Amino acid sequence: MTTSNDRKPAILALEDGMVFQGCAFGADGERTGEVVFNTGMTGYQEVLTDPSYRGQIVTMTYTEIGNYGINSEDVESGQIWVEGFVVRENSPIYSNWRAEQSLSEYLRQHGIVGIEGIDTRMLTKHIRDVGAQIGVISTEDLDADSLVEKAQQAPRLVGRDLVQEVTCRHPRRWGQSGYEQDLPPAGQLSLEITAPPRRWVSEHGPRPVSSLRGYWETYRVVVVDCGVKQNILRHLYRRGCDPIVVPASTTAQQILAWEPDGVVLSNGPGDPEALPYVIDTTRHLIGKAPIFGICLGQQILALAFGGETYKLKFGHRGGNHPVKSLETGQIDITTQNHGFCVDLDSIEGTGLKLTHVNLNDMSAEGLCHDELPIFSVQFHPEAGPGPHDASYLFGDFIEDMGQFGTRDQTSGELPPP
Amino acid sequence: MPKREDIETILIIGSGPIVIGQACEFDYSGTQACKALREEGYRVVLVNSNPATIMTDPETADRTYIEPLNTETIARVIAQEKPDALLPTLGGQTGLNLGLALSESGILSRYNVELIGANRKVIKKAEDRELFKDAMLAAGLDMPQSAFASTMGDARRIARSLGFPLIIRPSATLGGTGGGTAHNDEQLELVVGRGLDASPMNEILVEESVLGWKEIELEVMRDTNDTVVIVCTIENFDPMGIHTGDSITVAPAQTATDYECQAMRDMGFLIMREVGMDSGGSNIQFAVDPYDGRVVVIEMNPRVSRSSALASKATGFPIAKIAAKLAVGYTLDEIPNDITRETPACFEPTIDYVVTKIPRWAFEKFPGADPELMTQMKSVGEAMSIGRTFKESLQKGIRSLEIGRFGLGGDGQGVHYDQLPRKELLELLLTPHPDRLFQLRSAMRAGVSLDELFELTKIDPWFLHQMQEIVAMQDELVERRPQTAPGQPPAISPPHMRQLKRAGFSDRQIAVLTDAGEEAIRDLRKEMGVEPVVKLVDTCAGEFEAFSPYYYLTYEREDEFRPSTEPNIIILGGGPNRIGQGIEFDYCCVHAAFALKEDGFETIIINSNPETVSTDYDTSDKLYFEPLTLEDVLNICDKEQPDGVIVQFGGQTPLNLAEGLQEHDVPIIGTSPESIRRAEDRESFKQLIDKLGLVQSPNDTATSVEGAIAAAHEIGYPVVVRPSYVLGGRAMQIVYNDEQLDRYMSAAVEASPEHPVLIDKFLEDAIEIDVDAIADGQRCVIGGIMEHIEEAGIHSGDSACVLPAFSLAEDELEEIERQTKALARELEVIGLMNVQYAIRNEVLHVLEVNPRASRTVPFVSKAIGVPLAKLAARVMAGKTLDELGFTQEVNIEHTAVKCPVFPFGKFSGIDTILGPEMKSTGEVMGIDARFGAAFAKAYIAAGHILPTRGTVFISVRNRDKRDAIFLGRRLNELGFHIVATEGTAGVLRRVGVDAEVVYRVSDPRGRNVIDLIHEGRIDLIINTPRGEEPREDQRRIRAEAVLYDVPSITTMAGAIVAVMGIEALQHGEIDVKALQDYHEGIIHEASAAQS
Repeated sequence: MTTSNDRKPAILALEDGMVFQGCAFGADGERTGEVVFNTGMTGYQEVLTDPSYRGQIVTMTYTEIGNYGINSEDVESGQIWVEGFVVRENSPIYSNWRAEQSLSEYLRQHGIVGIEGIDTRMLTKHIRDVGAQIGVISTEDLDADSLVEKAQQAPRLVGRDLVQEVTCRHPRRWGQSGYEQDLPPAGQLSLEITAPPRRWVSEHGPRPVSSLRGYWETYRVVVVDCGVKQNILRHLYRRGCDPIVVPASTTAQQILAWEPDGVVLSNGPGDPEALPYVIDTTRHLIGKAPIFGICLGQQILALAFGGETYKLKFGHRGGNHPVKSLETGQIDITTQNHGFCVDLDSIEGTGLKLTHVNLNDMSAEGLCHDELPIFSVQFHPEAGPGPHDASYLFGDFIEDMGQFGTRDQTSGELPPP
Repeated sequence: MPKREDIETILIIGSGPIVIGQACEFDYSGTQACKALREEGYRVVLVNSNPATIMTDPETADRTYIEPLNTETIARVIAQEKPDALLPTLGGQTGLNLGLALSESGILSRYNVELIGANRKVIKKAEDRELFKDAMLAAGLDMPQSAFASTMGDARRIARSLGFPLIIRPSATLGGTGGGTAHNDEQLELVVGRGLDASPMNEILVEESVLGWKEIELEVMRDTNDTVVIVCTIENFDPMGIHTGDSITVAPAQTATDYECQAMRDMGFLIMREVGMDSGGSNIQFAVDPYDGRVVVIEMNPRVSRSSALASKATGFPIAKIAAKLAVGYTLDEIPNDITRETPACFEPTIDYVVTKIPRWAFEKFPGADPELMTQMKSVGEAMSIGRTFKESLQKGIRSLEIGRFGLGGDGQGVHYDQLPRKELLELLLTPHPDRLFQLRSAMRAGVSLDELFELTKIDPWFLHQMQEIVAMQDELVERRPQTAPGQPPAISPPHMRQLKRAGFSDRQIAVLTDAGEEAIRDLRKEMGVEPVVKLVDTCAGEFEAFSPYYYLTYEREDEFRPSTEPNIIILGGGPNRIGQGIEFDYCCVHAAFALKEDGFETIIINSNPETVSTDYDTSDKLYFEPLTLEDVLNICDKEQPDGVIVQFGGQTPLNLAEGLQEHDVPIIGTSPESIRRAEDRESFKQLIDKLGLVQSPNDTATSVEGAIAAAHEIGYPVVVRPSYVLGGRAMQIVYNDEQLDRYMSAAVEASPEHPVLIDKFLEDAIEIDVDAIADGQRCVIGGIMEHIEEAGIHSGDSACVLPAFSLAEDELEEIERQTKALARELEVIGLMNVQYAIRNEVLHVLEVNPRASRTVPFVSKAIGVPLAKLAARVMAGKTLDELGFTQEVNIEHTAVKCPVFPFGKFSGIDTILGPEMKSTGEVMGIDARFGAAFAKAYIAAGHILPTRGTVFISVRNRDKRDAIFLGRRLNELGFHIVATEGTAGVLRRVGVDAEVVYRVSDPRGRNVIDLIHEGRIDLIINTPRGEEPREDQRRIRAEAVLYDVPSITTMAGAIVAVMGIEALQHGEIDVKALQDYHEGIIHEASAAQS
């Protein structure tokens, strides 16, 4: 046991001059990012690996973090994306039957700087009051003024294309054990690869394969990877889809070459307006396939239809946001992680209409098209972390694909091999 | 959906007296529900037998019935009030069972009353273990393997197939009463037998053991729209096998990943839907295998619970209030979140601190009771604490317990565990014990590894590691000690001090560990600027602006303190419930807050008991959820700079702080601490009595065995001995000889080392009187003169009492009034005062004077229709009784009887004989125009049976034989068959009362009363003890009586009153009448007298 004065110090400085002194955990170094808070009491591993946090320093409002360690299953991508991690108390030990390593080891391994011991509630309230701030977290430069200056000079998120930094480099196919197959870009497809063989899906999902009942997977879904969370792919796969994940820069023509039954516009980091190429792609997909936009995907969709987006003061990040479906009146507790939002007034006359609303601040949570099988949500139906209330939306998407396409779904007993 | 318009009147059933497993939490939830429903315009009718509750205040509901909680009585209330709906989910297991019974007996359908909140199907599905299990399996959920047994044979067969260890759970009992764990055949016989007896359905569940698994609870709410929210996850520090009421619990869950939490959340939804709970809250318990994560469902309570009260206090989300609104048709999105005002109640609270609840046991009150913690709850109360980290919250929790501890060790207490050899410590840890935190600490210091400790205790390594960090910080501090020069403040650097405070260390711990004085540490700390800040409990972790006046203190950077804008008064609460200090004191604190709020003060409550109404953030203008130690209270006073602090309402806890607060110039209002001391201190009290020319029983003090014996000889046996400064008669005893006195002295000196032992002449055969009065420094008005049914010598908290006094002469009453007023004047009482007298041979003896709120204040207030505690608070804040219009004693025409309730059923084998040491956990009130009926109501409400026919066993000491003649004769006339031991039977026969003779229990020649009890042939026992020696016979009779639920009366006075009650029952004189009607009668009278 060491006292706080023996620990390696670290500083978090915000652009408006507010400075927090704490102790370092994780890797040494200096990182800059937009400082945001997440109110989930669990799920730090999913948060760390969520590509939507690219460019951000995340503070957890819950105070005891790291308690259950890190395991190899609860990841949303192959790496940590946050710029820095801020907690009140990092647990030096971990305890959970699946845990494999501690949070600080994990951060160190991925070169992520962490700071602990600061008044995270004060930081949270400050962000709430003044809005998201650019901050610098450092274990190297311990001069507060210099760090504040660095924060002031750092690039903002608005107008910055962060998706380029997180999207995949080439198309990949998702299967039972994760990304299973690297595929050549759509333009270079040979005929046999265009139509990969269909796969049998057990009704019980990938886990306990105790039954032979199931169906042939039917729907090819191209997922435009703006920083896709793997749970989206898991959900699609579990429901019998064949998810093909393509780089964000893939053109509509290339996407359509995959003959998709549907297209998912994934979640991702930063400002949607900085992504004219994805917006353009989306515009060209309208009417060609059912589209399901998630988070950043919703914003891109709105922009593609001529709507507008704006930056929220401090965003929604957590797993406790009530969202009401205007159609059914149903309320879901949802996972959220966004700093930008669709301007409700701007979608008037675009063909899109509001389907879901956030009960906390009445912001736009879901949109759909009047006629076309196109819909989107601002929250995360895939959860990871957070509640599973809204996972039925994947079912809705599949229904859309079923109605839109001509392919039949065959289900029944698995034929003998 | 909007609220239902087809309902006008709603009946709410309370949970009755405070017992183990059912405490103030149901007053908190019931009060919230009453308020919420009346806000919506419904007419609320309430039935509850517990007078010490806020819910039974005449202002809380439209119609309040303080009546026994049974189906007959409630049926009468229903017939009278014609409610449209019954909300059974707020009165604990008692309320739920009654709701179900009323429904099944057809009473509800006869009067067209709808069960809302949870209907009959829901209750049955959740409560009936078999139906529940079927439902869970249907929903695809995993449960421990188990089977039901209704005979010993069944149980043995099941045991063979499942293997040991096994858990035995009786169906439908409170707090797991009668449950237990069996590790072998022998234990199986014992636990199964007890379980079958305990279950009203005569059924037990024999279950695969998940002992040692992790226990995680969810508080879930669901509305008719099928919206479901999890209010809170709670992780038990203690593993499965220890009742959750006896477990330390932590919110939120600490060691479950999001994946696991969400999986449990999904299961929670499935369970709510499968059971059909669609308009309220439930507590769902899961067990998690620590080795492979298998999750099994343990149980679900379709009602508010102890855990839901805790979850409400832990998160700021008022579950009971929202449950009440859901029950009348609202959906979650239609109910605003009071705390943020902007956002709806339809969300999941998220918190940015750690909450720890630690149970409070009272084994010191029950020598002989087994302190092993198991599936049957044994604790009598709990403390909750809030810290930014688990370490801080745990240490604050420990010092909230009122057990003389100031953190996880290092406070100079409990060192004996440190001195035990490692092997013995490890053996101790095998059996969960209330002291396990301290045992663990000592084991850690002895170098036992966390792995080993986990194997022994199955407490999650994460918790153990947190404890070890605290221990390491202590050791580090001790190591630094030699650097300190004597007389100098210890060499602690400011960052080190801050680190210690952030880990929850008290000044006292730091002082002890550095060999300094507590005051020196406080000064040093303040000099360094290491002072706590105020943080808000806001349901949303700071995401939204919050308006809740709910705070805790911690050591952080930002202070969210909001200064008062009006003159402010701090009311110190009573801390965790324990025997001798319970809900009555919380009632007084709440009244003080209400009254002073009305008078324009900003009221501030400090308390650490999550069960209470006082810790509802709606009760006061500001709530600090903090331990009631001098350090913590001073920290708040430093911030608030109060205009006044009230210490006389929260029982002994705040009184103990009075001196320290005064030394720090904290303005204590009301009766001065000097006066309180003057009444408590033996010598000055003696002088006071002499000065006023009053009579006290001969008494003396002693600090040694020899001194005590000499004093006892001077006074003459029997004597009452007790340590000074205690509440609830802790360690008080009547001794009859030197040997007993010798034995007592060794134990008592340990009980309170700073103070001498008090020795009083015991007044045998005296009538004891309790008086509650209120004074403003000038005038004193008597609230009530209560006569105890039992003779003096039984703790006043344990004796039934009657208001107005029934056997005192007018001149005796006048003398009591005169002496009480003289005492109030002399002590310059401002506020409440309680005086206990004993009348012996027509001489009035003053037993004790307590210039503070007493346990009987709520009872008297409800009986006479005057809110004494409110008036007292106003008087303390400067009003006179004249100004308040309370200048004359109230005479009532009805009779109110207070009857104590005991936890004996929870501790098998202990003696149930009453004495000067208080043992009851709660009380009930019977109120009626007729004395006999009032007694019968109280007695029945206390859970006893008052038979109207059958067999009475009478065995009395010689002195009582004469009285027994009339008693026996009367019982005979009332149609009872009489069984008696030889001596008593002889006396009865001689006067022509037919009595069957049985042998004494110790007599091997033939059948004795215990055999008859076993055969179910005894309906009532009248058995007065001989004082001189603890009689094994009588102890056994009483123990069997408890086991077999046979009413047992141990005083002649009690027996006579019981006969009057039986007469009332036989004549069918039991009516119900609302408190408001009784009070209206009183007001009527008063105004008639005026005109």
